[in-house]
Amino acid sequence: MHPFAYTKPADTRSALVAGARGGRYIAGGTTLVDLMRETVERPGTLVDISGLPLRDVRTGERRELRIGALARMSDVAAHPRVRSAYPVVSQALELSASAQLRNMATIGGNIMQRTRCTYFRDVSAACNKRQRGSGCAALEGYNRSHAILGTSDACVATHPSDLAVALAALDTVVHLLGPDGERSLTLTEFLLRPGSTPDREHDLRPGELITALEIPPHPQPLRSGYLKVRDRQSYEFALTSAAVVLHITGGVIRDARVAAGGVGTVPWRLTAVERRLVGARPSDRLWAQAAAEASHGARPLRHNGFKTELLERTVERQLRTVGGTP
Amino acid sequence: MSAEISNDDPDVEVPEVSRRGFLSTTAAGGVAAGVLPSSLAAGRADASAGRAAPSGGQSSALSVTVNGRRHQVTVDNRTSLLDLLRERLALTGTKKGCDQGACGACTVLVDDRRVNACLTLAVRCEGAEVTTIEGLAAQDGERDGELHALQRAFIEQDAFQCGYCTPGQIMSGVACIREGHTGSREEIREWMSGNICRCGCYVKIVNAVEQAARGGRD
Ligand SMILES: Cc1cc2nc3c(=O)[nH]c(=O)nc-3n(C[C@H](O)[C@H](O)[C@H](O)COP(=O)(O)OP(=O)(O)OC[C@H]3O[C@@H](n4cnc5c(N)ncnc54)[C@H](O)[C@@H]3O)c2cc1C
Ligand code: FES
Ligand code: FES
Repeated sequence: MHPFAYTKPADTRSALVAGARGGRYIAGGTTLVDLMRETVERPGTLVDISGLPLRDVRTGERRELRIGALARMSDVAAHPRVRSAYPVVSQALELSASAQLRNMATIGGNIMQRTRCTYFRDVSAACNKRQRGSGCAALEGYNRSHAILGTSDACVATHPSDLAVALAALDTVVHLLGPDGERSLTLTEFLLRPGSTPDREHDLRPGELITALEIPPHPQPLRSGYLKVRDRQSYEFALTSAAVVLHITGGVIRDARVAAGGVGTVPWRLTAVERRLVGARPSDRLWAQAAAEASHGARPLRHNGFKTELLERTVERQLRTVGGTP
Repeated sequence: MSAEISNDDPDVEVPEVSRRGFLSTTAAGGVAAGVLPSSLAAGRADASAGRAAPSGGQSSALSVTVNGRRHQVTVDNRTSLLDLLRERLALTGTKKGCDQGACGACTVLVDDRRVNACLTLAVRCEGAEVTTIEGLAAQDGERDGELHALQRAFIEQDAFQCGYCTPGQIMSGVACIREGHTGSREEIREWMSGNICRCGCYVKIVNAVEQAARGGRD
């Protein structure tokens, strides 16, 4: 690990000042400390934001749910309103990492976590995400866990967050505060596809702080759930996953939101699947037909061809679990 | 691995010579290195765990309470809580398996929540209360030294082989019971999944957590 200076500001203003001077924010530290030890990350100054008042989870006037960026994964998963209104969020969280890590890690850090691609983590390997222009060892290397959607010739690494998949399905908004004031983006706008600049992973300007994530109000009743498929039953990243959110009244699906994880360079909204669902009546046949659209546009690599079919099956299973069969 | 264990830092309490002190001295002499279990050899401390702090604002003074005892130390900012415990405070019960958050051997309680000490920077523990495996047994009065119910359950259930993962399993289990995630064997398995056992003692580990949870004592 490279040496670094450490500061812990007591308020948001001082944090922004330290951030503007090039300091790196540290929240739970579960991504950052790990990557600093591998020397993938080499910040000169760590700005510890854990003392800032950004931990609240609260419901606003429009019934939107605002989750402070520093709320811990375990606390958000256990929050009564999250559990009752958005099971897809609490399930995605409780299927992530371990109880210990969820006690440390924050919601803001979670959507900012970096890929688990082993070539990215290995400073001796070529990786355009770590060092632009150095090449991508995964393209010709062992790429079983890599992405099949949203990839480019420069990068095929997945975004590993489970939570971000659930939040993408719910059209979550990211609230930012920087030297130039506040701004807000949807999570889908915030997380960037690799293209020719895989080192640019998000639209966070220098010194900007994520203050909160906001789930906008959704039509009621809302059913939702998260399914994660992996090599072992727990404490493992997804090979494929599906977040399904359905609004059904009078036996007809009025609104459908479906997103996939483990397969995309960013959390992947399955708009073709959603289009199939809206206006239709739940049935096993519908789930199968809609799920068949899930891997639309997929570009499998040498070792991850299995993900195409696995994704379709994951989506079908989760549509049936959430939507039921009449 | 640091061969130093005696402590010339006036602000750190000096522990008695321990089995660990003996082991590391012997290893430094080149005698026992070949017989050290590979898991121990893999447990390299960051160079940053060494005592000499670099200059230029890259070290910090800190006050942290471990198992009820307050310590004032100056640490290199890179030092993990795990290395602070093991290399500076000679509390070697907490183990280093992966140093990446992926095994749970380093599990301790910080302010009563279970965390991975390997991914916790010591400098961030200012004012914190840390509990390690050494702090679980009763520490005063008539019951002084009496093991925690979960420690006894591990012995009674024979829930380990090599024992390397055991301190982390027990610390995690104590938290798991307090959190109330022991409604069924499946629930215990899921909520204990952050602790890997290379020897595969999972069935008996679940037995032990179940026994202590049903005993209702912690
Ligand atoms: C062994 C292991 C297994 C895991 N398994 C899973 C899994 O199955 N599913 C899953 O989803 N995740 C998993 N994770 C990842 C884990 O969820 C993330 O490491 C964690 O959520 C990151 O949050 P943090 O608060 O610790 O972030 P930090 O490490 O503190 O920060 C991460 C990044 O975000 C930046 N940052 C943090 N907060 C802010 C903010 N408020 N504003 C601006 N920038 C900020 C930091 O500068 C840094 O670049 C696993 C991690 C490990 C180590
Ligand atoms: S040593 Fe900390 S999790 Fe493995
Ligand atoms: S008892 Fe050997 S690793 Fe668990």
